[in-house]
Amino acid sequence: MTISAAPPIAPPEKRQRRAKPKRARQDLWLLVLPALIPVLVLSVVPLVRGITLGFTDSKLGLNIPTHWIGIDNFTQLWHNTLFWESFKIGLIWSVSVTVTQFVLALGLALLLNENLRMRWLARTLALVPWAMPPVIVAIMWKLLLDPTVGPVDAALNKTHLTHTSINWLGDFHSALPAVIVVGVWVGMPQTTITLLAGLQSIPGELHEAAAVDGAGSWRRFVSITLPQLRPVIVAITSLDFIWNFNSFGLVYVLTAGGPGGKTMLPMLFAYNEAFRYGQFGYAAAMGDVMVVLVVLLLGFYLRTQLRSQR
Amino acid sequence: MKRTHPATRVGQYFALALYLIFLGFPLLWLLSVSLKTPGELASITPHLIPRHWAFGNYSDALHEQGLLRSALNSTIVAVGAMALTVAIALPAAYALGRFRTKLAPVATIWILVSQVFPVILVVIPLFMILRTLGLLNSLFGLILVYLVWTLPFALWMLRGYVAGLPADLEEAAAVDGASRFTILVRIVFPLLRPGIVATAMFAFISAWNEFFFALVLLQGSAQTLPLTLAKFVGSEGQVSLGPLAAGSVLATIPSLAIFAFLQRKLTSGMLAGAVKG
Repeated sequence: MTISAAPPIAPPEKRQRRAKPKRARQDLWLLVLPALIPVLVLSVVPLVRGITLGFTDSKLGLNIPTHWIGIDNFTQLWHNTLFWESFKIGLIWSVSVTVTQFVLALGLALLLNENLRMRWLARTLALVPWAMPPVIVAIMWKLLLDPTVGPVDAALNKTHLTHTSINWLGDFHSALPAVIVVGVWVGMPQTTITLLAGLQSIPGELHEAAAVDGAGSWRRFVSITLPQLRPVIVAITSLDFIWNFNSFGLVYVLTAGGPGGKTMLPMLFAYNEAFRYGQFGYAAAMGDVMVVLVVLLLGFYLRTQLRSQR
Repeated sequence: MKRTHPATRVGQYFALALYLIFLGFPLLWLLSVSLKTPGELASITPHLIPRHWAFGNYSDALHEQGLLRSALNSTIVAVGAMALTVAIALPAAYALGRFRTKLAPVATIWILVSQVFPVILVVIPLFMILRTLGLLNSLFGLILVYLVWTLPFALWMLRGYVAGLPADLEEAAAVDGASRFTILVRIVFPLLRPGIVATAMFAFISAWNEFFFALVLLQGSAQTLPLTLAKFVGSEGQVSLGPLAAGSVLATIPSLAIFAFLQRKLTSGMLAGAVKG
């Protein structure tokens, strides 16, 4: 491509392109319709229906009449301590995973941004969890954390950090932290790659200028890298939070919400309500509550972030 | 750039090594378990490198009832979802990229909204709709669901590629009297090939890996690979860890192979979508 050949006399032609607006409109709809219909039928309609389902007593079985019951589901939910317990677990899970993931991913992205040997290996490895089916990630970590044949326990025993074997995923105290570690492992790729892209878009001159002014690397990290990276950080942590809060497959296979509901994420709770106990309406009400609270939390987070930016 | 202090360098390599262990060791362990004999698997002091390399687990996994069948199902679903996604996303992405229309911002809003809502809200009505249509427990029904689920991201990615194409070629062809259809098939689609390949592979991986929709929508005999493997975990004891690991390795290979090929394109495609959106 040559830059010098760009002619400055293009504008007059532009108008002709929209000479036949009617025809163009037709073409547009023809091109978009095949995508629009399935999205409407299998995404928009279900979502709207799902939201309204929370106000009914819909059940799993066929031919059971459904009634509008107003906010009955929600008042019932208000007193359901198990659901709120699960909601609390969901918040602990998604906040811990998001924060740990962010810190670790930022560290890795900074390292990958340096001119280090073996960088390609770390880069490749950092992407692998992305490609793996969540079910297999769960199986893999079950093998690792197995109390009798797993290497994690054996290594901890050998180094005398622990003296008895711990059933990481089966113990009341360790199950949630163990599941969080797996969650961090799974989510590393997106976060690392996004942060790395953000780092690479920071102009090098900024760092050079600061270095000339005598700013050390920590100083430059705090007053150049972090502020420049801020929009990316806010975006990726928000997305991570939503994804983590709504995640299902990983924990379903790892613990199925056990032991004793210690890892019962809200999604697992609602899934059981819907497809194990057949309470569609009640489960949908849980979904409604989840989305409202998540949006509120997110709105609060984004607002404080935008405020302090000014 | 300034030279980095040697002590800092050592620290950096140390940190990098820790990351490599955290990210890589689980994968190596899965591979190791898949190659161990039952006797060695039962040992209380496990080693990363198997003393006797045994490929028996792999043949056991392949002979395992249902595993091959569900691998075939997974392939059908993933290929079907891939083909449909590309066929439908391609014209739509072109339209969104080239026409001035209010649909584009609506599509973006829809993508964001669909991220926030927990799938439980979508899956219950989907279950009811597919039941009415007689598509519950059918692979075709699942393909349709995957199509809708990958479509937003596929559109977003492809639109980035469309925006990257200069419009001059199409205009020249239009001046020469070519119809919109001819222009699309003979000029635009061939030029979009890298984007199409990336989108196709993304759709394949998403469908191949997906678990939740399959769990809810396939409750009959037709199962996908993640479903079968997840059941395997619940039901069997210590004895079958080897075949389980072997099956897991085999089930990861397709996505991983595609991903190795795709990773550059996927990240750059996402960036293209983001920048030119």
